[in-house]
Amino acid sequence: MPKNPIETLENLLRPASKPGLVGIWMDEHKLVDAAQKVRESGVKNFNAISPFPLHGIDDAMGIPRSFIPWVTFVMGLTGCSLGVLFTWWASAVDWPLIIGGKPMWSLAAFIPVIFELTILFAALSSVAALFFLAGLPKIDPVIIDPDLTSHKFALFVPEGVEGYNRQELEQLFKEMGADEVRSAEF
Amino acid sequence: MLKRSPLVTGNKTYKDVTDDICELIERPPGMAFMGLFLSVKGLFVFYLVVLACIVYTGMGLMGVNHPVGWGTDIITFVFWIGIGHAGTLISAVLFLFRQKWRTSIARTAEAMTVFAVMTAGLFPILHTGRPWLAYWLLPYPNQRGPLWVNFRSPLVWDVFAVSTYATVSIVFWYVGLVPDFATVRDRAKNKIRKKIYGALSLGWRGTARDWNHYEMVYMLLAGLSTPLVLSVHSIVSFDFAVAQLPGWHTTIFPPYFVAGAIFSGFGMVVTLMSIVRHLVPKFKDYITIDHMEVMCKIIMVTGLMVGYAYASEFFIAWYSGSSYEQYVFVNRAFGPYGWSYWIMVSCNVIIPQLFWFKKFRTTIPLMFVISIFVNIGMWFERYVITVTSLHRDFLPTNWGLFKMTFFDLGALFGSFGMFFLLFLLYLRLVPAVSIAEVKPVLFVGKDREGHH
Repeated sequence: MPKNPIETLENLLRPASKPGLVGIWMDEHKLVDAAQKVRESGVKNFNAISPFPLHGIDDAMGIPRSFIPWVTFVMGLTGCSLGVLFTWWASAVDWPLIIGGKPMWSLAAFIPVIFELTILFAALSSVAALFFLAGLPKIDPVIIDPDLTSHKFALFVPEGVEGYNRQELEQLFKEMGADEVRSAEF
Repeated sequence: MLKRSPLVTGNKTYKDVTDDICELIERPPGMAFMGLFLSVKGLFVFYLVVLACIVYTGMGLMGVNHPVGWGTDIITFVFWIGIGHAGTLISAVLFLFRQKWRTSIARTAEAMTVFAVMTAGLFPILHTGRPWLAYWLLPYPNQRGPLWVNFRSPLVWDVFAVSTYATVSIVFWYVGLVPDFATVRDRAKNKIRKKIYGALSLGWRGTARDWNHYEMVYMLLAGLSTPLVLSVHSIVSFDFAVAQLPGWHTTIFPPYFVAGAIFSGFGMVVTLMSIVRHLVPKFKDYITIDHMEVMCKIIMVTGLMVGYAYASEFFIAWYSGSSYEQYVFVNRAFGPYGWSYWIMVSCNVIIPQLFWFKKFRTTIPLMFVISIFVNIGMWFERYVITVTSLHRDFLPTNWGLFKMTFFDLGALFGSFGMFFLLFLLYLRLVPAVSIAEVKPVLFVGKDREGHH
């Protein structure tokens, strides 16, 4: 039976959550050190949640540099080429009209339009790439603690990922000064 | 060693920052705000009536006629577009230069950009006289045979520049807002607020991987906005410079317009920030006197730059040996519109020089008054450029005067109603200081272990 398309879309945007162990810190520097330790202990695919980007977390967790600049570059070039093609086709092919004695293919006069299209394509596709990679928009995502967008910082290790050992992780979180360690869904 | 002054005062913790900034959204407005809001709303309703009259009756209600075919609409369009530029300068250019002081004012400055561009965008559409056909400005497949817009025309460049600028500014602003909307969502006790801000936040949760991409995109958008903002006012200046009219046809126009735009934009930022500091005393810890002082310095410097441009225009008029060009400039300063020229020079070049004195850079009421003069002066700059060049060109048979009507003034003053209405709504509905961006700079200029 075909499903309601709005329902299908909703289900697509509703992220599935997994059970796991969470440690919550009040001091972000302790969290970054803890993330480093968790990674060294061999755990893969764990998450850090913070109200603002943390200095050094990428190195601690081994997150590679974002590849979005390539999207920007390629889409910028696409915008530029489409601009060149379109201004040329409209002014020199489809509707050749002499204006101000300029040549049909007056590239210099088309540069402003081409430039703006380059910027527009590059900017919008970078944002689209961000949305895609961050899984936005999400409908009603599970939130571990509402203060994680204000003044608390968390590490979340989903159950069953490579290197997951609940006792050891709990021990490690406490040693690294976590203010709260508990089970959670994320 | 020179000390860095703290960017945020009052020894805030992260929670204090969240509370201070979100509080404004969560409590009902006070009397001062409501008073201002209702008067601005009144002005906005008046604006709507004026626009309705002009659209219904036609452009004849406004002062434009032969030979001055570009009047209040074009002047005010350039004025508002210029205002927007300081917002992008603060949010994008200063970001690329790692100027951390920008963080607490970037959000509001960029809101100003978005609203100024929206206000500006209406004017060329109104100026066409048939706003319901505004889509003719865009190249779209149509059934009138092969028929495309003229890509060699600066007016078409302007359509592309302004619409791209509006789109990218709104997107940049919104991307910056996403984590802050998530903060408001997570604090919300009210169910409806939670739903609305939840939708606006797009379900943002702030994982390290999300932030990794987010920061990259933020930097890319800053990098793309920077050439964009320079191109937009250059292209606006092409509307004039590409025409063959003495007084318009000069190569200095693009840099001159960009400098003027930054000058007028910072004037408006100082005006708005003074109002925000007054309406929301808590924000004095975030928008400090140091911030205001830096902006006053920028106003002073860019004021000197536009002063240089005015002088060099005169020099080139003399040096070019073109009698038409020379006549335009003598006429500009001493002709029938000489008064507007001298208003422009005093407001833009002379009055901002008061910022050489520290007292003027650090006293809010004084800088507020000067910023109003800057706003007035920059409107008159566009008036001078547009009207004095058009009203007397090559042939004395084409000479005439431009007289503003009630509807010109109504559209001009009414547009402030629209701008301030949007701005005041923004102040109450959106976190007016970037929560996620201020937290990392909280300890700049302070000693605290582990921070740098």
